[in-house]
Amino acid sequence: MDSFRNRLWTQPAPRLLLLLVALAVTLSAPAQDTFHTETSSGADRIRIAVADFKPASVDPQTPALKQTFDTTLANDLVTAGIFDIVSKSLQPQATPGNPQEINLAQWSAAPSSAAMVAFGSLAAQSGRITVQGFLFDAKNQQYPQVLAKQYAEEASEDSARQIAHRFADEIIFRLGGGIPGIAETKIFYIKFSGTSKEVWAMDYDGANQHAITHLGTVSISPRVAPDNSRVAFSSLGRDGFQIRMYSLLLGRMVNVPIAGGTNLSPAWAPSGREFAYSSSRSGDPEIWIADSNGGSSRRITNFKGPDVSPTFNPKSGAQIAWISGRTGLPQVYIMEADGSGVQRMTDGGYATSPSWSPNGQFLTFAWNRKYGPGAPGGQDIYIMEVASKRWIQLTHDIGRCDFPSWSPDGRHIVFANSASGRPGDTKIMTMLADGTQRQALSGAGADMPNWSWK
Amino acid sequence: MIVKFVRWKKLVSAAVAVTAMATLSGCHKKASGVNPASLGPTTDTTAAAPTATISADPLSIDLGQSVVLNWRTSNATSVSIDGIGQVPVNGTQTVSPSNSTNFHLVAKNDGGSTEANVRVTVRVAAAPSAPTGETAGDMGSDAAFHAAVPDAFFDYDSYELRPDAQQAVSTASAYLAAHPAIRVVIGGYSDERGSAEYNLALGENRANAARQSLVTAGIAPSRLRVVSYGKEKQFCSESSESCWQQNRRAQFSLDR
Repeated sequence: MDSFRNRLWTQPAPRLLLLLVALAVTLSAPAQDTFHTETSSGADRIRIAVADFKPASVDPQTPALKQTFDTTLANDLVTAGIFDIVSKSLQPQATPGNPQEINLAQWSAAPSSAAMVAFGSLAAQSGRITVQGFLFDAKNQQYPQVLAKQYAEEASEDSARQIAHRFADEIIFRLGGGIPGIAETKIFYIKFSGTSKEVWAMDYDGANQHAITHLGTVSISPRVAPDNSRVAFSSLGRDGFQIRMYSLLLGRMVNVPIAGGTNLSPAWAPSGREFAYSSSRSGDPEIWIADSNGGSSRRITNFKGPDVSPTFNPKSGAQIAWISGRTGLPQVYIMEADGSGVQRMTDGGYATSPSWSPNGQFLTFAWNRKYGPGAPGGQDIYIMEVASKRWIQLTHDIGRCDFPSWSPDGRHIVFANSASGRPGDTKIMTMLADGTQRQALSGAGADMPNWSWK
Repeated sequence: MIVKFVRWKKLVSAAVAVTAMATLSGCHKKASGVNPASLGPTTDTTAAAPTATISADPLSIDLGQSVVLNWRTSNATSVSIDGIGQVPVNGTQTVSPSNSTNFHLVAKNDGGSTEANVRVTVRVAAAPSAPTGETAGDMGSDAAFHAAVPDAFFDYDSYELRPDAQQAVSTASAYLAAHPAIRVVIGGYSDERGSAEYNLALGENRANAARQSLVTAGIAPSRLRVVSYGKEKQFCSESSESCWQQNRRAQFSLDR
């Protein structure tokens, strides 16, 4: 089933369909609760060794920075989900700092059996950090060099981490089918502090958690613009929830016209020139589209009942998935961005918070298939292929899950999870888009994650 | 036989009407809050004399304005107020006395009778005076408003007004009709289950259902404002049906 993970984003649809069917069948077996099978040999993944970088100066800052860099780089490549990482204990003893120092035969031979080796050197000197990074093909003795990069910045923990992210992204881009890595992406989310909820941001690996807004009210549903210039969200004021906007370039709030009714869940079009949102200015919550400043709003849906949580197809920008309660419990629907061609996607239960995959083929959403008073259902994360409406359940028995959001490489999903089901216990987790490699990014009191577009 | 049957039917409908009136007064009792006397141990209720309190809000009015009488009794079998007549054992009534009046309540049962009084002063304006700027006085107190206007509660994932919610809305519309100075904000709330975004939309639909019903009852839309809070402001934070029910509501509050 490991192959599914790799093919989810690279293989043509028919093969994927078969896999989806196979998975659905496998999942229906009662004892089966994960995707792991004995076929997970890792053969489809590139085996890569990440050597500890060689300290190239005696500056007292070097060891700490090198530690940060090594940890971050290794973590980025593990998290990427496309590599079979050589355990450090299986690596050769020597630490190569440059191409002259590496003995590739040692790395390609058992026990490390690496196909690729990432190595290099790191030096801190008079407040500057210099990193030389290499990626070598261990099986190509004649022309082994795949990548050589040099970075020089002011020395700090943060710059060591950012350099590692950039180098990791270079490696992932080369070896991951030309899809840019996500190590430099951010996750925007809501942090509870007392009675208020503020917009926060963090690096994709949970580092560098910091506040964006200080509004002292309840803000929800942060969605970052495709060019990372702004964050749109919804905030409670005297007139109820209204769309608000924070400029990440100016470092302050920017004005959005106040509309009547409750205005919720902004969602950027991939062009960045428009966003869709839910507005009840007509007396009933409907999906509207406004320009990037919140002006020129036009209504897209017109049906009694709650319509909320839109998400654009990021590939085409021509379709919107959203949640509608027009037939009772909330369900996932899709339509063209002009409101035509409405299709219901989920067949029952309580479905919320759709996010459309970057390649346009999949939706992820939270779904409680047995919702109701006294029903045993749990709310879990699912993905559904848009064309076939076939779905896979990604989380099982880990408590309440909500707000899944795709990473820009389509390989990861970030979501909110409360093991106890209590809102205050909600934390932010990531996983690969097949449900494996699940890990927490934040502590309790964080909700509604949104992965940046790049 | 047919005639008899019809008469029987009349009897039944009369009985139904009586029951309905009793139910209505029951609702008044609920609306006016818990009777403190009923909370203690209820020993020897037959012999005890009834208790009675009556209050008026506001205590003084200008000529032409109205005042809400609110009375509570316990153990009483019959309750009357001078000038009004027989009334339910607990209740509220809006009156517009033309001069200062002493409202004299007598509650009786087999064990005796108890009296309660409240005096409403009616100011006869000597000359028209400019508004005092005391806006709180125009609207009355929040406590009085909430005592008179109950919240409307909803079924899970529903924004249809149930019969009890319709009752709440008609109480609100009567109160608003009697107090033209009052503007109201209708808050839409939902329980903690389900999605935050969807619950905000649902709360909007709930508050709007109450608003629409008030507008249909003749209340000017300009006096009504709708704010959905979804599950962001919970009244009750336990995971139980009774708690969830408390949170699934449209709440009427004074819009100051």
